[in-house]
Amino acid sequence: MTSINVRVDGASYSDDVEPRTLLVHYLRETLGKVGTVVGCDTSNCGACTVHLDGEAVKSCTVFAVQADGSEITTIEGIAGGDGALHPVQKAFHEMHGLQCGYCTPGMIMASIDLLKENPSPSETEIREGIEGNLCRCTGYQNIVRAVQQAAGEMSGATGGQA
Amino acid sequence: MTTVQDRSAMPQEREPNPALSDPDRPIGYGRVQRKEDPRFIRGRGRYLDDIVLPGMLHGAILRSPVAHARLVSVDTTEALAHPKVRAVVTGKDLEGLNLAWAPTLSADVQAVLATDKVRFQGQEVAFVVADDRYAARDALELIDVEYEDLPPVVDARRALDPGAPVIRDDKEGQTDNHVFDWEAGDAAATDAVFARADVVVSEEVVYPRVHPAPMETCGAIADYEPVEGRLTLYETSQAPHAHRTLFAMVAGIPEHKIRVISPDIGGGFGNKVGIYPGYILAVVGSIVTGRPVKWVEDRSENLMSTSFARDYIMRGEVAATREGKILAVRTTVLADHGAFNATAQPTKYPAGFFSIFTGSYDLEAAHCSVTGVYTNKAPGGVAYACSFRVTEAVYLVERMVDVLAAELAMDPAELRLKNFIRPEQFPYRNKTGWEYDSGDYEPAMRMAMDRIGYADLRREQAERRDRGELMGIGVSFFTETVGAGPRKHMDIVGLGMADGAEVRVHPTGKAVVRLSVQTQGQGHETTFAQILAEELGIPPEDIDVVHGDTDNTPFGLGTYGSRSTPVSGGAVALAARKVKDKARLIAAAMLETRPEDLEWEKGRWFVAGDPTVGKTIAEIALGAHGTVALPEGVDGNLDAEVTYDPPNLTFPFGAYICVVDVDPGTGKVHVRRFVAVDDCGTRINPMIVEGQIHGGLADGVGMALMEFIGFDEQGNCLGGSFMDYLIPTAVEVPDWETGYTVTPSPHHPIGAKGIGESATVGSPPAVVNAVVDALAPFGIRHMDMPCTPARVWAAMQGRPTPPV
Repeated sequence: MTSINVRVDGASYSDDVEPRTLLVHYLRETLGKVGTVVGCDTSNCGACTVHLDGEAVKSCTVFAVQADGSEITTIEGIAGGDGALHPVQKAFHEMHGLQCGYCTPGMIMASIDLLKENPSPSETEIREGIEGNLCRCTGYQNIVRAVQQAAGEMSGATGGQA
Repeated sequence: MTTVQDRSAMPQEREPNPALSDPDRPIGYGRVQRKEDPRFIRGRGRYLDDIVLPGMLHGAILRSPVAHARLVSVDTTEALAHPKVRAVVTGKDLEGLNLAWAPTLSADVQAVLATDKVRFQGQEVAFVVADDRYAARDALELIDVEYEDLPPVVDARRALDPGAPVIRDDKEGQTDNHVFDWEAGDAAATDAVFARADVVVSEEVVYPRVHPAPMETCGAIADYEPVEGRLTLYETSQAPHAHRTLFAMVAGIPEHKIRVISPDIGGGFGNKVGIYPGYILAVVGSIVTGRPVKWVEDRSENLMSTSFARDYIMRGEVAATREGKILAVRTTVLADHGAFNATAQPTKYPAGFFSIFTGSYDLEAAHCSVTGVYTNKAPGGVAYACSFRVTEAVYLVERMVDVLAAELAMDPAELRLKNFIRPEQFPYRNKTGWEYDSGDYEPAMRMAMDRIGYADLRREQAERRDRGELMGIGVSFFTETVGAGPRKHMDIVGLGMADGAEVRVHPTGKAVVRLSVQTQGQGHETTFAQILAEELGIPPEDIDVVHGDTDNTPFGLGTYGSRSTPVSGGAVALAARKVKDKARLIAAAMLETRPEDLEWEKGRWFVAGDPTVGKTIAEIALGAHGTVALPEGVDGNLDAEVTYDPPNLTFPFGAYICVVDVDPGTGKVHVRRFVAVDDCGTRINPMIVEGQIHGGLADGVGMALMEFIGFDEQGNCLGGSFMDYLIPTAVEVPDWETGYTVTPSPHHPIGAKGIGESATVGSPPAVVNAVVDALAPFGIRHMDMPCTPARVWAAMQGRPTPPV
């Protein structure tokens, strides 16, 4: 067992974890942050995407001990303190960018990271930017529209770009 | 007929009931945003693996590394000695409980844990229950299994060879690998038409094995309470009620003491219809340990051991006149069912609804025969939005029509237009016995052609060909058959395929509708509220949709085969109408008038001729639950329950056109455009319909170009992870261009047909037809999926169907 200290969605945690414990299992099973989910075992699907010190990572491919001393943000921590939705969350809802909802947390976290890197991406840049996140329900189009709308809203433009 | 949907349309601000003034008349409230989303976008969905019960243990399955071998011994001593292991279950243990084998949905049996042999790579051999998931996996490594290798049967074409190893020597009287023969249509009449036809084309068309691969894998949590003998079973199940009944039959626990709960499901796509050994093992684990047991498979287990899809080897033949009148279609199919026949379909249909292969065309005769065989592969067959083998049927006929078009040097779109069943022929009885409910095919086809600029594209293609560029245009026009089905003909393991709905209007006028079907992302919590809203005038946000818990929902067969709208949608509408009829009686009592003097306007009964005097549904609900003197025979609630036995299936249709560019140097296929015009009758929520279509189109591109579960000659699964089983990302699919027409189902209570599987059914032939069209300069008439760069390149070198 190894002791780690992390901040997750703004709260501090100290826990003893096995060194082999994956970050996604630490978040889900130790902290009860089950909004972040698992979709594969080969690091392809991106359903487990969270932000580790501000960068999108696939939390199935990071050990919890590697996150020691880090700031982690999950899907559960991106809405405002008053519960107001993050513009990306809001856009996924308005543009029907989700169906079963299983890829959604990781997809939203990846999209937020993408928009941080590139605040006004082209459609091609959006598609390439979420290439690490698989979705089986939407055929991606409405996800692309959602990211476009959020980009517009976050850059202060009125309305979406669809 | 309606106009093309503007695909860039933004969700609109919702008005009180836009359907009233909308010329398209989407039912309910039209493009309503989803009630499901608020929890999912916050990470507040509750999927199976999110659930934690007090004292819960974790199970893991040891799987066979080989495809075919005699099981000599399973030594669990070391695993049992692991300090965190609470139980290890083997096939021998299950034999003692009479649970080593379980019935499948196809009247075969499937090994829960292997006892005599293993029959496919990834088959379940032992089950470990431990304190946590890591320890359970550790203990799998401590189990020592001795196998005695047997030759595997991998190629379905060799499965019936004399001397082929017999896979199912467990079955009494089984001396070969034959599962079933089944046929439909009139063989003699079809042969006679073929004998006099001007033109006959023939081609072997393979629909390879693929996998539905939902983002969430399969899993279960079993909680057996020994004092009262109650089992609570959380499952990733598309059919929780059917599972409850089957568990009662298999496990011997009485049905009233089994509660199946299907929580939020991260996609099903037909993968989560049947009962997998893991579910049964979780129950056994809970009974053995006295504690709840969770089992969740990983991705490779999902791909290697749960229900595959397709795997049909089809010999297709078309008879036609020289002028292009299609006279007859004939096909023989070899169906690879894997080691156990666990195909999910109605009992009388061992090849599902494959006999819909006559497609959208008015034929003189048709015949098919299907032979199922066992091979050393995972069981399955019916999954991945196939509507019970309609994917295979549509792929066969739409590929063969293109083969005919090439033979006749006719434009494939024109050939289809020439042969469509005409609108006045509906209801149309095809030559294999289906009665198509309604259709108006030509407008949909013309809309797709206009939308994509078909004539211009053909000109562009000719110019590009002159320059040595490879561009292809693929057309597919399909007729689906969804909404199984009439109880008289259709059952699953004896359970008739009707579905229930229960509507309760609470005293304050809010309502709950309970369903027997189970959403896996299709938006039932929104659209079923819209149906009720349309019927009763209660806003959708005041209606809760409950499903997935067998203790508090009516019995029914679940969601697959795009049957929710046709069957349960009908049930909700009819239950709402019963409520409305009852409300009239109560309103009459409240208004001290006769029921026949009342008229309905959305949400309200009022006195004919005096609209100012009336009672709203909310007022009537309060009256029903209050102190109003109720008429004789009317009890004090505003509830109704209906089990709907549909008179027929629904037959949605669509016209799809795909444009591809093929890199002549690498064989890589780029999907440039894809236009999909669908007609599912009345559209309950256009936004959700479009989302369903987008998802299905991505499936089609995936299957046509990337997805493949292959095997080597030792029976090793070659598609067993997302490293090898490639599903499209946002980069591989284009922006979809959708349009629609509206041809309601005449027999359905709200005129709605199913839609969920249409795009998965209709799109693969459009993509493959486009690829083959692009490769026409190489003299290629057909190539099999997936059209990966390597295979396309091989086809360009004269090897169109390389060995698996």
